[in-house]
Amino acid sequence: MKRAFPIFGLLTGVLLSYALYQALVAAPTEQTMGDVQRIFYYHVPSAWTAFLLFLINFVASVVYLIRRNAKADIVALVTAEVGVVFCTVVLVTGPIWARPVWGIWWTWDLRLTLTLVLWLIYVSYLMLRRFSSSAQTPLMAAVLAVFGALDVPLVYFSIWFFRTQHPSPVIGGGGSLDPRMGRVLLINWAAFLCFAVLVCWSRYQLERVQRDLEETQALDALLEPGVPERRTPERGIPERGSSR
Amino acid sequence: MTYLYAAYAATWIIHVSYLGILVRRYARLRREIEELRKK
Repeated sequence: MKRAFPIFGLLTGVLLSYALYQALVAAPTEQTMGDVQRIFYYHVPSAWTAFLLFLINFVASVVYLIRRNAKADIVALVTAEVGVVFCTVVLVTGPIWARPVWGIWWTWDLRLTLTLVLWLIYVSYLMLRRFSSSAQTPLMAAVLAVFGALDVPLVYFSIWFFRTQHPSPVIGGGGSLDPRMGRVLLINWAAFLCFAVLVCWSRYQLERVQRDLEETQALDALLEPGVPERRTPERGIPERGSSR
Repeated sequence: MTYLYAAYAATWIIHVSYLGILVRRYARLRREIEELRKK
């Protein structure tokens, strides 16, 4: 995996550049909105990626609640964090698109409000994980994540079942999207998905090493001085005795 | 066009800021590992 990471990173960079070119140059200009409609190629894939990450967070949280698996806990934390980043992109690019098209930056419409609530739920999830030092924190966070995930389908289907200021779905909801625009949209989504995988993988490794280090520091503090020290060859974190 | 470029720039500012946070965390972790090795 260590060798695959830089190659995958390079491919993701190439794909993101190609997707940017497709969005800014190759995609046809929309008739009523003009060039500003091209925000669509960043706004929508970011939203889909955020939803997918929150869905993975939900599954990992359920797995953690059932099995108390540490890896599932890390996956839940990582996907929530990266999901919040993508959701932030959605909440920032949306108003920038709305201003020239609707004439307002923000309206308390159902889709927009539920997206903001979704973002707040996962920010509170991350704050709980960051500031609570209780041993029960992963458990509490998993419960919060399960309830928080209920907001994802509400956000997604809000424009299907309610009349909102936000446009109706252009894919799968009876909307008509130019096939060339659809192709560019999918290229951009693929690029952002690869980028999300890359960031999640880096964050996962970081969290794993951090937990190992904390465990080693705790053991270090517990053990008396003078116990022979040995080093783990893989990560280079010193160990005392053979307790790990 | 200003709005379009603003949206694209904002997207990458958010992503690069998050990557910057990760790099800082990684550097801090490396420092802590080095300190632990020296003990």
